[in-house]
Amino acid sequence: MRFYEYESRRIVERAGIPVTEYGFCTSAEEAREAAKRIGGPVVVKSQVLTGGRMKAGGVKFADSPEEAAAHALDILELEIGGHMPVGVLVDPKAEVAQEYYAAVLWDGRARRPMMLFSDMGGIDIEQVAEEHPDHVGRGHVSNLHPVADFAAKQVVARCGMTGSELNRATAVLAKLARLQRDYDMTLAEINPLAKLADGSFVALDAHMEMEDEAVGRHKKVLTEIGVDLSEPRETYEPSEFERNVKAIDAADHRGVIQGKDHGFTGNIGLVIGAGGGSLTLTDAVRSQGGKPANYAEIGGNPSVSKSAGLAKEVLQKDGVEKIAVMMSIVSNTRVDIVARGVIKACLELGRDPAETIAIFRIPGAWEEEGSKILEKYGVEYCDRSVSLWDAAGRAVKKVQG
Amino acid sequence: MSILLDADFTFLVQGITGREAVNLTRECLDFGSKIVAGVTPGRKGREVHGVPVFDTVEQAVAHNGRPIDGAVATVPPAFTKDAVFEAIENGVGLIVIVTERIPRRDVAEMVELADLHGARIIGPNCLGLIAPGVAKMGGIGGPAKDAAKAYVPGPVGVMSRSGGMTTEISSTLTAAGLGVSTAVSIGGDAIIGSTYADLMPLFEADDQTETVRADDPGVMKIREFDHLGHVAAGDALGDDDQQLDAVGDRFDDRILCEARGHGDDRTVDRAAVVLDCLSDGVEHRHAVDLAAETAGG
Repeated sequence: MRFYEYESRRIVERAGIPVTEYGFCTSAEEAREAAKRIGGPVVVKSQVLTGGRMKAGGVKFADSPEEAAAHALDILELEIGGHMPVGVLVDPKAEVAQEYYAAVLWDGRARRPMMLFSDMGGIDIEQVAEEHPDHVGRGHVSNLHPVADFAAKQVVARCGMTGSELNRATAVLAKLARLQRDYDMTLAEINPLAKLADGSFVALDAHMEMEDEAVGRHKKVLTEIGVDLSEPRETYEPSEFERNVKAIDAADHRGVIQGKDHGFTGNIGLVIGAGGGSLTLTDAVRSQGGKPANYAEIGGNPSVSKSAGLAKEVLQKDGVEKIAVMMSIVSNTRVDIVARGVIKACLELGRDPAETIAIFRIPGAWEEEGSKILEKYGVEYCDRSVSLWDAAGRAVKKVQG
Repeated sequence: MSILLDADFTFLVQGITGREAVNLTRECLDFGSKIVAGVTPGRKGREVHGVPVFDTVEQAVAHNGRPIDGAVATVPPAFTKDAVFEAIENGVGLIVIVTERIPRRDVAEMVELADLHGARIIGPNCLGLIAPGVAKMGGIGGPAKDAAKAYVPGPVGVMSRSGGMTTEISSTLTAAGLGVSTAVSIGGDAIIGSTYADLMPLFEADDQTETVRADDPGVMKIREFDHLGHVAAGDALGDDDQQLDAVGDRFDDRILCEARGHGDDRTVDRAAVVLDCLSDGVEHRHAVDLAAETAGG
């Protein structure tokens, strides 16, 4: 789950990490009030989940509450990257003495969270790590022991810091590590962590992402910070195809189907599975010059109607005349059920299965029954002796003629 | 031999009374695996296909009269950590976690505890492992009859993040006249108990998984892309970032399929051919061809 900037701010604040005064506002009037409360120059920032806010004009500075209100009015109506803002964040224009970088994220190799700290914050950390490696401190966190303050201290010290800055930074990093663990964050990043003129440390910008699988166990705190759990946080607006496939999947508990077509503009409809098989097959189609119209995953043991539902949706996409039905060897998906499903889809759309199904390659459970059904309709059945690569190649040839 | 499993290997099934567990228990027993007990809290006294069910792993071990070698955990995500901790603390050395959608923090805790006890975890979100002709631990390959068709004993070790592709790859090796020493479905999640790198030394040390001299100059290595929540650059999928988004975040890490080779004077572990389920068909075929070529030498 991705968070808006203002939500990340609230999360970080709850964890005891110092932040500036701020206001999340959904109207120009609220922005005026927030600016008044904060006092002094402020920055008004669009709250959208996409990037590129600055460039798009979604981040504006204001010297007075009136100006803040005027900016808020504009920004609240400004679409960025296909998204309308849910509000604006009003922050003080901070007097920063120095910027730092702090993050805790998963190290898949070590299988532990890793703390990262740099005294060169505000810029791209990957660039800093490459060009100034001695300015980046790293250290892992045990999964079983409580997060120890000294572990955070070590990481900060490794980037060369000392003095009172070391101690202040340690406190923030330790809290960030506990936050990352307590809330199952896949990413917990503060950039920049700023030292203000008076020496205090504040998190000026926080970026949090919570693991989707863990959202269910944090409903209470999410609701408290104002997250609407019923609202899906997509990076893009799902297409009609994607919405329809999702609905078909949700309506029937038998088996699983997924369909995506964001960015796909081809003419070969793919009715494929399972997970790894789908990826391999999509690769194989593209590598042999084919242009997929979509991606799909069939998993578990779907019913005839669910299989038919997916095939129909794929066939009804613009530019799709033929579908390739292919899967890696199946154990609990029934070949005969998928066969019935795709034939049903063709017939219901008034299409000839033999013409419409460019290839059917699914070996495994109930394959004999499946091949008999396909034979009846003149559809060629390919068994395991036809590799995924060859099956994809044949499909490409058939479609391209 | 094979890795991890042998003819005497005993294991228990946690969550044995669940639908998926009842199925895989039948499949594994038919395959010849020694399932000595099942555990579902509150269901002591029942039987699943003749396997006695207990409330605790401790009871199962006591009933067995000696330590139980392994466990297959099919317990729902909210309870998996507790079940696996229980298995580890009761001396189980190899745990296959079938369950998917477990938060990675829980998985990381299980892996760390396993490390402390010298135990090994395979998975989560996996189909288990199989030593053809010997034993099967998990749903891999499906019913015994189907599994025996796809998996024939031989010298090639197989590992894959995709359960389905483990069988697809193994079936291709069987058809090529090669066969498999052990196939492991290592799981598709971000944090897993045993990576390719973790299991390679086991294959290398295994007798059945052969080593041969190779003149093949194609020196290859296993590469693992680290991910930090991003899909690695799509060599096979192309430059289209949007397509990467569409394919989604299920398989963040891309492991390229390359057999291990060294120079002239060192041996190639032909059998430690790590077949990538995610790369395109070219590399898959290349690896199989390579394995077939070196079989002659």
